[in-house]
Amino acid sequence: MTDSKTENLRRIAVDPVTRVEGHGKITLLLDDANHVHEARFHIVEFRGFEKFIQGRPYWEVPYFVQRLCGICPVSHHLAAAKAVDQLVGVDQVTPTTEKLRRLLHFGQTLQSHALHFFHLSSPDLLFGFGSNLEHRNIVGVIEDFPDLALKGVRLRKYGQQVIEVISGKRIHGAATVPGGMNKALTIEERDRLLTDISDVLSWAEDAVALNEKIHMGHPENHGFGSFKSNYLSMVGGDGALELYHGGLRASRPDGSNIFDQFDYRGYTDKIREEVRSWSYMKFPYLTELGRDDGWYRVGPLARVNNCDFISTPLAEAARQRFKAFAGGGFVHDTLAYHWARMIEALHCAESIRDLLNDPDILGTDLVVKGEKREEGIGVIEAPRGTLFHHYKVNEDGTIKKANLIVSTTSNNQAMNESVRSVANEYLDGNEITEGLLNHLEVAIRAYDPCLSCATHALGKMPLEIELLDSSGEAVDRVAKGSNGSITRTL
Amino acid sequence: MSIPKVLIFGYGNPGRGDDALGPLFISEIEKLGLADVECQTDMQLQVEHVMDMQGRDIVLFVDADMSCREPFEICEISPEQDSSYSSHAMTPQALLHSYSNVLNESPPTTFLLRVRGERFELGDELSAIARSHLEMALQQLEPLCRDVCVDSWLKFKGAG
Repeated sequence: MTDSKTENLRRIAVDPVTRVEGHGKITLLLDDANHVHEARFHIVEFRGFEKFIQGRPYWEVPYFVQRLCGICPVSHHLAAAKAVDQLVGVDQVTPTTEKLRRLLHFGQTLQSHALHFFHLSSPDLLFGFGSNLEHRNIVGVIEDFPDLALKGVRLRKYGQQVIEVISGKRIHGAATVPGGMNKALTIEERDRLLTDISDVLSWAEDAVALNEKIHMGHPENHGFGSFKSNYLSMVGGDGALELYHGGLRASRPDGSNIFDQFDYRGYTDKIREEVRSWSYMKFPYLTELGRDDGWYRVGPLARVNNCDFISTPLAEAARQRFKAFAGGGFVHDTLAYHWARMIEALHCAESIRDLLNDPDILGTDLVVKGEKREEGIGVIEAPRGTLFHHYKVNEDGTIKKANLIVSTTSNNQAMNESVRSVANEYLDGNEITEGLLNHLEVAIRAYDPCLSCATHALGKMPLEIELLDSSGEAVDRVAKGSNGSITRTL
Repeated sequence: MSIPKVLIFGYGNPGRGDDALGPLFISEIEKLGLADVECQTDMQLQVEHVMDMQGRDIVLFVDADMSCREPFEICEISPEQDSSYSSHAMTPQALLHSYSNVLNESPPTTFLLRVRGERFELGDELSAIARSHLEMALQQLEPLCRDVCVDSWLKFKGAG
């Protein structure tokens, strides 16, 4: 929708309190009948990525981009590394390098998914959205489900150990080099990671079972912030769930393909990015369907919906139960993101076990060389969805042009749709209620948007909601502090 | 092998100007090679860091801050609940809160050193003023970092 069409709409805005604190901002445009006509979810931190990268030597880029995000530095590192492989003329790395990179990526995805479920979304799911806010948080989970919280911490810790072993450092490690990996895995390192893998698998299985139980047991939540959408993800050449490397598959809501096995190096033919005046974030859409209809969802829900199967048995069994829930079709429930996320976590745990037991993982043939090229495109399925890194280099090897499409950007329109849907259901008159605020938060959390691609900040995520009438006058404004306090500020 | 009694944990994003103050403080302390001190860094605090705190007598978190007094402030901190809508990053106080709940024991005596920063944009270099604040913090805190006695830390009155 163009901005010109939004005249005479009232607006509710969720504003950041300060830039440094890491935040989102939501604006709801209301029509004269008090319906939410449009939702705008702003994330102001996504500016400056490309500028940050331009001018740097290409071989440094995989290290610099780790600084883009405190949550998924490994995903940026690997996407950039894949692009740099192309810049040095390498289309196929060695088997050991590919497996080490996959191991690193599974470790990252496991720890990211564990953090999201156990420490971010589980309070909503276990206690219900309308429950006491004082208790509906991770501390409440720990109090009521101490075992669950500890499992979450340990799953997260295990994923971090995988990253540390492969990268050599806990953060900002030197995992990759152009065309390969920096160091081989030792037998001692492999054995150390194998020590806990049985527990990790068991915890991941428990998490899937819990999510199945929660989702199936709460039919009232199935429509929450939900809608039918297109989906985009990578899949393997055989249609398997694929997190590291594959072809792009885009599907319609009924499951039919818009395109399939598309070489991501041609992504600009299939995806365009719209700029809107009110947001620093771009709005990607599928060229074939156009700006209005071509938006899509990425991430766990897209991937588990899109794939034909999962290559590891426990996760595949879980996927089949997931599909059966929707009668074999796509699951469009927004809160099913959580369920799909845990299916992927289980797949990561199984894959880590399999890779650690694969003799190739201890190989020492790590680097391939080729003829330099001027352009490289790396795509990876980051925890939150498809991540694109695209670079062009000058003759001296410095980056001339960079384009990144991060997962949260791809989910931009979808998050707006979920927020709009929830707001329409829970906005009552001209008053912003705590209930509305809580439900908006739950909808946003389902997508796990990365709001901290910025400084670590103060760790706090305050929110402010403002209601503007059709003339632009504020009629209500509510701020939620990071201590949970709700303050009416108008 | 027993773990070092003191954990010094600097956090922040080195790619965002003065946000690098925490990790930079750590890299300087690390050079001292103190036997009873373990140094760690991360981009931001997360719940798994409770495991790093376990078994310590003293924990010092080091952070960049644009609201503290110049050049730095140091204080003992207590557990505090954080009800932010995202837990993508935790405060040290919230981490202490999680510590006792996850591990069912009291957290170690914990301090927060906040070093004043001014510029936090992506791609910024460390500002000159932040560098001077860092140097002052290092100068005054280095003797303390060599001390594993909790009482010494509790009695410390820094420049903040």
